Amino acid sequence: MRQRKRGDISRVPGLFSMNINGMRELFNSGNSVEETIHSTFDKIERSKLNAFITLSKEIALEEARILDKNGAKGMLGGIPIGIKDSISTKGIQTTCGSKILEGYVPPYDAHVIERLKLEGAIIIGKTNMDEFAMGTSTETSYFGPTRNPWDLKRVPGGSSGGSAAAVAGGEAPIALGSDTGGSVRCPASFCGVVGLKPTYGLVSRYGLIAYANSLEQIGPFARNVKDVALLLDVIAGYDSKDSTSINEKCEYLKALRYDVSDVKIGVPKEYFGEGIDEDVEKAVWKGIKTLEDMGASYTEISLKHTKYSLAAYYIIAMSEASSNLARFDGLRYGLRLEKDKDWHNTFSEIKAQGFGEEVKRRILLGTYALSAGYYGKYYLKALKVRTLIKRDFESALKDTSVLITPTMPFPAFKIGEKIGDPLALYLADVNTVPINLAGVPSISVPCGFSGKLPIGMQIIGRHFDEATVLRTAYAFEQGGGCDT
Amino acid sequence: MITKKNVEHISWLSRIKLTEEEKEKFTKQLNYILDYFETLDEVEADVPPTHHILGITNVFRDDVAKKSISQEGALENAPKKERGYFKGPRIV
Repeated sequence: MRQRKRGDISRVPGLFSMNINGMRELFNSGNSVEETIHSTFDKIERSKLNAFITLSKEIALEEARILDKNGAKGMLGGIPIGIKDSISTKGIQTTCGSKILEGYVPPYDAHVIERLKLEGAIIIGKTNMDEFAMGTSTETSYFGPTRNPWDLKRVPGGSSGGSAAAVAGGEAPIALGSDTGGSVRCPASFCGVVGLKPTYGLVSRYGLIAYANSLEQIGPFARNVKDVALLLDVIAGYDSKDSTSINEKCEYLKALRYDVSDVKIGVPKEYFGEGIDEDVEKAVWKGIKTLEDMGASYTEISLKHTKYSLAAYYIIAMSEASSNLARFDGLRYGLRLEKDKDWHNTFSEIKAQGFGEEVKRRILLGTYALSAGYYGKYYLKALKVRTLIKRDFESALKDTSVLITPTMPFPAFKIGEKIGDPLALYLADVNTVPINLAGVPSISVPCGFSGKLPIGMQIIGRHFDEATVLRTAYAFEQGGGCDT
Repeated sequence: MITKKNVEHISWLSRIKLTEEEKEKFTKQLNYILDYFETLDEVEADVPPTHHILGITNVFRDDVAKKSISQEGALENAPKKERGYFKGPRIV
């Protein structure tokens, strides 16, 4: 290996804003994968963002050398990727942003990781996140908050804040996140990148550390719609190890066309107005008009149970969490007391020491909602309201092909601004959680700015119709999109 | 209205030991969050519950043995182990 000096980092102009195609051309024209990966780590190691919890430098460089020797084959040959720390990676520490899993090294790969490796992607590290994906700001991570690349005093959104900040900050061209109630779309919106939550069941959850199984999906981040489509092509598809996996995969990259003349947009009025920042509302309407100018049509519609989404979502998510997180008992992995106490106190002290405040709060609330006498009032009621919300979407999407809303009610807020008030943070998820309750696919694409902060537009589609969602986002991006 | 006693009970149910300070704080916070959840009382939901969005049930596969993680692999992350077993705290 040739001697490397500081300054090598800028040897390839535009390396840190490159998309997948650009990087592949770079490798095809004789540039080494190893050098590229080296430069990427140089950048990350000097970064102020705290986008990564763990860097897998040795493994990544070894893989890069193998690709340099044998040719960077596959759909993602030699492309560096950041992986949210809720996704299991064989041989690389996976903490889910929690003290309780510090030092845990999974003995197996998640299904999506197997798919990425088959296509030659290089995992550069595990990205920061709210502890157990419980949060909207990446501030609840045991490993400290991630900063927004557009303004270091602000949050990147959450819970997949590290993945979005890494992509926006030039530390990885693509990344994976997971989205239980907006955890891919919110940080995509706050960081000005593209992020997709696929239809429930399209991407295998095998190896994803569970928070709320009936709501979550793994989803791709990139700087443009094309790369998101390509990444979805790689990770989507049936997996027998996930009993909720569905074989409904399409060819997403091929579905992208600069044409929306057949697209009927529904604009749900409940997602605009009160509580929505004025700049955000303006930018999203401008986006809808842009699509109209390109040949799409739009009508205003109503999703009448929207108002109940947040309560239903949080009851279901917390109830599922209280059951899922019971497994962290320090027996098979994770934090353990040096000296055991009796049965009950061993476990309650491990959890007391290992979980952060937000995780405790959600487990307690979920336990309460499922406890004798309250099951019908909270959990069962929330599941029934979920039926109504799902029916709202199904009926609205009968006459329309996509729905468009603001992704978040406001641009990125300041670190520390909302963390003291849990309910205020929950309310920030008002536009993203209904989508997980209904299980439909949804993408966030940049559509403008409020001052220097990016704004995201959410495009929602029918179950398993990612093709139309992606095509609409692609046409919008190509047809002016965000006027930067 | 949820009391400190309720919080102590759910702390026991969920095996999370709380400090006095946490008990006070959570009692207050849980109350106002649960107040917000009361909005669901307004909805008349005479519909079946949705446990799972796609409604698939009984996913079977053939009962064929496949390769899985070795015993060493499964024990690799265990903080305490003995003779190839996970070691738990004493029960009695």
